[in-house]
Amino acid sequence: MYILAMDTSNQSLGVAIMKGSEVLGELITNIPKNHSVRLMPAVDKLMREVNITPDQLEKIVVAKGPGSYTGVRIGLTTAKTLAWSLNIPIVGVSSLEVLAYQGRLTASALCPFFDARRGLVYTGLYEWNHSNSQMEQLKKETNMLMEDWLGILKDTGREILFLSPDMDKHREVILDILGEQVIFPSESIQIARPSDLALASMKKESDSTHGLTPNYLRLAEAESKWLQSQKEQKNNG
Amino acid sequence: MGEFSMTKETYILGIETSCDETAVAIVKNGSEIVTNVVASQIESHKRFGGVVPEIASRHHVEQITMVLEEAFELSKLSWDDIDAIAVTEGPGLVGALLIGVNAAKALAFAKQKPLIGVHHIAGHIYANRLEQEFQFPLLALIVSGGHTELVLMKEHGHYEVIGETRDDAAGEAYDKVARMLHLPYPGGPHIDRLAAEGNVTIDFPRAWLEEGSFDFSFSGLKSSVINTIHNAKQRGEVLEDKDIAASFQSSVVDVLTTKTVKAALNHNVKQVIVAGGVAANKGLRNELVNKFADLDIPLVIPPLKLCTDNAAMIAAAGTISYHQGKRSGLDLNANPSLILK
Ligand SMILES: [Zn+2]
Repeated sequence: MYILAMDTSNQSLGVAIMKGSEVLGELITNIPKNHSVRLMPAVDKLMREVNITPDQLEKIVVAKGPGSYTGVRIGLTTAKTLAWSLNIPIVGVSSLEVLAYQGRLTASALCPFFDARRGLVYTGLYEWNHSNSQMEQLKKETNMLMEDWLGILKDTGREILFLSPDMDKHREVILDILGEQVIFPSESIQIARPSDLALASMKKESDSTHGLTPNYLRLAEAESKWLQSQKEQKNNG
Repeated sequence: MGEFSMTKETYILGIETSCDETAVAIVKNGSEIVTNVVASQIESHKRFGGVVPEIASRHHVEQITMVLEEAFELSKLSWDDIDAIAVTEGPGLVGALLIGVNAAKALAFAKQKPLIGVHHIAGHIYANRLEQEFQFPLLALIVSGGHTELVLMKEHGHYEVIGETRDDAAGEAYDKVARMLHLPYPGGPHIDRLAAEGNVTIDFPRAWLEEGSFDFSFSGLKSSVINTIHNAKQRGEVLEDKDIAASFQSSVVDVLTTKTVKAALNHNVKQVIVAGGVAANKGLRNELVNKFADLDIPLVIPPLKLCTDNAAMIAAAGTISYHQGKRSGLDLNANPSLILK
């Protein structure tokens, strides 16, 4: 089974081609360059390298966010259109979950996060179950103030491995609040691998190609303002 | 197009997502609509009083494969029949454009078809070829929420912008005046309706610009409408909304039609075509018909559903590029400020 996996949800761009659980090829860049320009050429290049044609693909896997709204949509649009036109299944995997895979060799709780500006982060808490080799979610994914989130983590009493391409922005506050409970791994594993997307997809049901939507974890600003104004009108009326 | 003698039919799949319509169409030989599916988001944007770019992008990604499927299934064609994929690469809202561009690239890659980036305005012009064959040289007046342009075409696929707005697009001015009159979004059709009921009682300015210029400017008119309403209020006078609408519309229509006539005569064109959402405006249509009836220059205005954004127009314009050998690479990007040439 040939699988194409793609991740453009954050700064790094990742493409992997798998034959079942075997990695045939993987391409990762971590530079602030345009995903829209580079994704399709990257897929094309890697497919040629491993000598696979589009009609041989049997599954598409995509990182569905959270992350950059635009980046997530570029990945999802490409993945959905490929899956629809090739008439093959698609699986969307949370960008946080795939990043958590980078910590699967430890017994610590795993906290992947992405900076969401103004002190906010997109995050969740995971743990690798070593007996059945599955990623398990300990706390639901959320968009909240890092400080508040760290308070929740402190209460777990667990040792926590942090994983994030945006570590530098939050390292201090993490150490401040959690101190001894924290492990920071080296930088090379702070970026998700697209081959792990494919692995994560094996344990999941396929999504509906039309129904798969980005995992924004946040309403559009105009939408939340509008909802707020509706609420106020209701309260005043 | 004689040199491309049609031994085989050409089918181009078009995709358009530059603003708030998710659209896919298939067009045969550049002039015949096979399918033309448009999913409008207007209901969703109404509550915000205008198109919110982030909301538009969110809807596009949710809709795109469904619209593709509907257009494809209705066409009864197979992928073997499709010669190329054409997509709006700009101008427009960048986040919205990106959905169409990336969907088009994925299709081109999956089905190994040529990819063709199309300028949105070229699409609006070519909407007319779905109705009637072009006669060159032709002059196109494009009026929409984002554009007010006069384009001269001497042959297929060759565009010369001879006039454009220096500030607001005509459609933008309509939307702003509509908001002042507390009309719902989109305001253009409401002003058109009110204008038909009212009388031209206020002499709003007309921006003719320098002698011989085919450019437009609507910001002065917009300010004048604001000031007039404001001053009347202060003096306790009552201005009828329908008269404001009629007076405003008469200024816009006067400038648009007068400049179009001058440009048409100046360049000896054989045909004048009107394109873009504001081409649906009855006041504008009537005045253009009146003025060109005397001049013996054929005027083409497409039906309403082809005036507003759709993908058949992109496929129609893309057909010309396809025959002229123009191709885009898989690195095609959305370009929100793409220039027509
Ligand atoms: Zn348009």
